[in-house]
Amino acid sequence: MTNLIVAFVIVLAAVLVLAFRAPRLGKSVALYAVLAIVAAVMLIPFYWMFVLATQPTSAIFQNPPPFWFADNLAQNFASMMASVNILLSFTNSLIVSGSYTFLVLLFCSMGGYAFAMYRFPGRNKLFGILLVTMMIPWTAGIIPWFFMMSKFGWINNFLALIVPGCANAFGIFWMRQYCQNNVSSSLVDAARIDGCSEWLIFFRVIAPILLPAFAALGIMMFVNSWNDFMQPMLILRDSKLHTLPLMLKYMLGDPTRGTDMGSMMLANTLAVLPILVAFLAASKYFMSGLTAGAIKE
Amino acid sequence: MSNESSVAGKGHRRSASVLFREIKKNRVAYAYIAPFFILFAVFGLFPILSGLAISFFSWDGISAMVFVGFRNYARLLSDSLFWKALFNTVYIGILAHIFILLGGLVLAYILNSKLIKFPNIFKTIYFLPMVTSSVAVAIVFQALFGLNSGLINFGLQALGVARVDWWGGSGQYVKTAIIVMFAWKWIGWNMVIYLAGMQGINADLYEAATIDGANHVQIFFRITIPILKPIILFTIIQSTIGAISLFTEPFVLTNLQGGTGNEGMTVMMYLLKKAPYGNNQYGLASACAYLLCAIIIIVSFINMKAFATDDEKKSGGK
Repeated sequence: MTNLIVAFVIVLAAVLVLAFRAPRLGKSVALYAVLAIVAAVMLIPFYWMFVLATQPTSAIFQNPPPFWFADNLAQNFASMMASVNILLSFTNSLIVSGSYTFLVLLFCSMGGYAFAMYRFPGRNKLFGILLVTMMIPWTAGIIPWFFMMSKFGWINNFLALIVPGCANAFGIFWMRQYCQNNVSSSLVDAARIDGCSEWLIFFRVIAPILLPAFAALGIMMFVNSWNDFMQPMLILRDSKLHTLPLMLKYMLGDPTRGTDMGSMMLANTLAVLPILVAFLAASKYFMSGLTAGAIKE
Repeated sequence: MSNESSVAGKGHRRSASVLFREIKKNRVAYAYIAPFFILFAVFGLFPILSGLAISFFSWDGISAMVFVGFRNYARLLSDSLFWKALFNTVYIGILAHIFILLGGLVLAYILNSKLIKFPNIFKTIYFLPMVTSSVAVAIVFQALFGLNSGLINFGLQALGVARVDWWGGSGQYVKTAIIVMFAWKWIGWNMVIYLAGMQGINADLYEAATIDGANHVQIFFRITIPILKPIILFTIIQSTIGAISLFTEPFVLTNLQGGTGNEGMTVMMYLLKKAPYGNNQYGLASACAYLLCAIIIIVSFINMKAFATDDEKKSGGK
């Protein structure tokens, strides 16, 4: 098996080398072919998920497997609803990710703005500390973290998923970058001369400038929180509080459901679809946001 | 800081009052950055430090803690399952990242070359797995890797290769399946970051190289990769943390177990099985968390050293 993968990679590499050395037209065609093959590999799992969501379980466990949509969507939906409350999980996910994102944007924009625009004693040292915290794997403290949550009474409480990470180093770092490039200190000074208080400057003058940054960082943080699994798994034990990934896991392990693959895939599809649509609508924002934070030192 | 030292010559009292005035003048700035430092101290630093303390105790979470010194660490290091989980994690991490790093670089290079129109369409497609829930993805891949009705076995059969029992047998294929899924999910992320780095490279460099008769393969290895080194280092350090903390994908792929013969168990799964998800061996789990942390720091350090000496050599040559 490993041989097969190695062979596949060697073939792909050979095609690539040939492609770049071929004359111009052949070069383009070959490169498009490589890109298209990779794109197909990326898309097939999604496509198959959509297909299986419409299939009866009996058809799914066949050889050859189904490749095209069937008409079992309604039955799959009914049997999904019998196992889990997807609307509730959707709401839970929305509450957790929504409030988390809101707080992240608030605290990170304040922090990033302060690091970018104020010269205060200890600024560089504090920023250095912030950068170092990004390198610490937080899992080192996962056991005491879990205990703290139970001492706070935050087991089965959304606050455990919202509060601890809501002023995160990455976000502040990212916002500082954005402020340095997009906020001019003369604007801030002008507002000060006009007698604006520092808080008012931030919320009235600076925040509107940061709107594109809010969009980019917000999408990023929202998606991370929406897809998060490990922390919610440790915290949300009550199935009424399950977020979508937990609901999927619960459904996977639900013994009363048997091996009903169609409804499982339908739940999968419904859990993934909102983010996919949002991403496709705003992919430019999303990817430019990511890289702006990652690339610059 | 430099102001402070120049003032210090005229007497400490004055510099202290200047410092105090500066702090008072900027109190809003401190208020703005306070949330991060407070939350980090409470939810980051405190757990990490007390985690070290707990790792020296035997504790079930309820009864009194018993100091056991390094015995938790000794128990871990003598547990063959721990070593297996560590081996699995490293094996999966390294093999998957060969695909992720090289694939990401090559795809970014192709998309950055002027030969491709509409690179954004491909970029978006390659990035789709990154925004998709790991749990959902793992469930789909579980089906894709099915023995009798999985799409992948169907494809293998069409190629004339025998079906593979991905999840069964002696578990020898579990890691391959996890690697495939892991690489599938992360290749787009690396590609996007490398692409952004490549777009920052001055086009004149490429042009000069082309005029000098360099082909794309030479440009890729001699110009693009050396310039991207800091970015590649950044992604490798990120990947190290990501790979060592790998949990969700194998956990769901192996049906919340560890796969046949624990071949798909990662160290993070091992840790959470000790506590709090499963058993209540909190001291042991903390020791495990600390070993992982140490591994991550050591590997990151080696990476930085390896890349730094290379850079020094280069600047020395200029």
